[in-house]
Amino acid sequence: MVSWGRYAGQAALYALFAAAIGYCSTSPQYRPLEQGQALLRLSFKHAGKLVAECRKRSPEELARLPANMRAELDCPRERSPVRVRVELDGGLLHDRTFPPAGLSRDGAATGYWKLPLAAGTHLIKVQVSDDVRAEGYTYEREARVEIRPGQAVLIDISEQKGGVQIR
Amino acid sequence: MSAARAAANDALGAMASRGTAGYVFHVLERSFDGFFGAAANPLRQLGALAFLCFWLAAASGAYVYAFFDIGVTGAYDSLESLARAQPYAGGAMRSLHRYASDAFIALTLLHVVREWAYGRFSGFRWFSWLSGVPLVWLAVASGMVGYWLVWDELAQYVAATLMEFIAALPGVDAAMIRNAVAGENVTDRLFALLMFAHIAVSLLLLLGMWVHLQRLARPRSCPQWRLGLGTAAALAVLALAVPAMSQGRADLARASQELSFDWFYLFALPLSQLASPAAAWAVLAAGTLALSALPWLGGRKRLPAARVDPTQCNGCGRCFEDCPYQAITMAAPAEASALTGAAAPAARNIAVVCAEACSACGICAGACPSSTPFRSIGMLRSGIELPQFPVAELRARLEQQLATLHGTATVIVFGCTRGPRTNTLAGPGVASLVLPCLGMLPPSFVEYALKRGAHGALLAGCGQGDCEFRLGDQWTRARLAGLREPHLRSGVPRERVYAIWLHRDQERSLVKELDAFRGRLLGATRNPAARTHRRPGTNHG
Repeated sequence: MVSWGRYAGQAALYALFAAAIGYCSTSPQYRPLEQGQALLRLSFKHAGKLVAECRKRSPEELARLPANMRAELDCPRERSPVRVRVELDGGLLHDRTFPPAGLSRDGAATGYWKLPLAAGTHLIKVQVSDDVRAEGYTYEREARVEIRPGQAVLIDISEQKGGVQIR
Repeated sequence: MSAARAAANDALGAMASRGTAGYVFHVLERSFDGFFGAAANPLRQLGALAFLCFWLAAASGAYVYAFFDIGVTGAYDSLESLARAQPYAGGAMRSLHRYASDAFIALTLLHVVREWAYGRFSGFRWFSWLSGVPLVWLAVASGMVGYWLVWDELAQYVAATLMEFIAALPGVDAAMIRNAVAGENVTDRLFALLMFAHIAVSLLLLLGMWVHLQRLARPRSCPQWRLGLGTAAALAVLALAVPAMSQGRADLARASQELSFDWFYLFALPLSQLASPAAAWAVLAAGTLALSALPWLGGRKRLPAARVDPTQCNGCGRCFEDCPYQAITMAAPAEASALTGAAAPAARNIAVVCAEACSACGICAGACPSSTPFRSIGMLRSGIELPQFPVAELRARLEQQLATLHGTATVIVFGCTRGPRTNTLAGPGVASLVLPCLGMLPPSFVEYALKRGAHGALLAGCGQGDCEFRLGDQWTRARLAGLREPHLRSGVPRERVYAIWLHRDQERSLVKELDAFRGRLLGATRNPAARTHRRPGTNHG
């Protein structure tokens, strides 16, 4: 005999299963940022300057080297760490030194950092030092930026594009 | 005793035997039995349902892949076009891909909780448990990459947070985060790599699922057809009723403030953001470690594995066929000698037990043709038997119990430690013999009991889907019905044998069935002409 109660119960349990899957697939909503907030990110991959000057080899030195290794300049491998300093509206927000990558410390330094901040007009100042032999900062940039809620502002460093990028 | 009090006692007995979590699952399962029947109860086939969802996700994913444009702009556009241009085909397939994947995770987690609640993770089960742990990681990884591929606002959040999470590992370069936040790094080539990763991790997951089943004989990777159909239909209806759509197009100049969030796959990302990626790693690593170590925590005593006697083993392979955990192999004599250190007869293959995989259920002893109490050798020995409960002892205990039987309609009740309690039934005219699993009972012992004075034999096994050792009830049914060796001989009067399959909480039903059986036996004794020869009686609880 067909038991309609059983079928109704099965239908209800299948519906409950589908509803649970459907609900948790999209809900409850998640808020990565509070209302009226924006996101400031620092992300870069930048090779610092070499830690020492290259030296010109003498003709005698070159003669002693194998023919395939007679490079005129003798350069150290190690690169300078990259120091990044960020100020927001005159206050210090971030000041950190990122080491070069690699066992011989000859790779590019990479860094990442993020901070939610209130939307509005902000003065952002970024200073980058990538040369241990030089005093002060190699690149600097200061910009007044109108930041809308939900906007992501990226601070990047690119030698080809003139140094510090705020976009 | 009132019915309510008896029911409460049954419930307490069931709770004591399984623990609170196990009892809750047991009650849920029994409730579901009422709607689906034990054979199609989804709670008893969670692993098989997860397999079904994997295949649904794979098939629907293959359809979506055919229309998917792998690229930064193409990814979003092609999925939007698929959902809008063919809502009942591509759109439904895309939705089914998402919902089947979600159901896969949900069912997998329920499966883990159920096995934990029933204490099925330690001892010989360690391999199945441990091999299941990385599957959760693989499934979540595949799902996260899948969400990245859509390249909408949610994808952008997933990509950035996932990269931050991975970059928090020691030795991982923070530059990889640029793949999610810096425009020049988000390229078509990246999406090709992501698609490769999505498929490759899914295939790894499938491989892991195969490994997960390696210690099981006849694993159930396909749910009962009505249940499978119902589950697939429920997901298909959901896919049509609530289509899965992309959120706004990804824009690296924007950061989402509110997202529709898939908590099945993305639960770890808010954790990473709320605390820190390092804290999230610590929580997840601790959880994974605890889950992995579970089989070795608690110090449960492991029972000795089944033992093969090469002088009694005739190499028939029935134990090899019946073992639920693939703990037995048939080895050539030389190989068997090397493995066991015992001399094996040169003429035939010999069963070899892998102690690591043996559950000590005794089903192998029940399958062995030499496990017969009628043998007249001085010391009864079987080809394979449990050291803690050898066949000679089984016969001795049976004889002991038979000696206690007096009066009319006497019954010997064969029960199992995991099913309804049978030792409480013992009384005038009723004796009980409890085995680790009813599958350990060779049918010849039933015949022996009847020949040695019992008027009837009642076999009380676990209800469908409840056998602790997976196949014990199936093999016993088949042996009694003459469908599997060793079978109950045709000369045994069937009306004197009654098999009943009950769940642990059905002890009152067992008492009723026993009374009814004794009544039938009494009637047959008074009216011998009414005896009929038929298959053993059976009741499925």
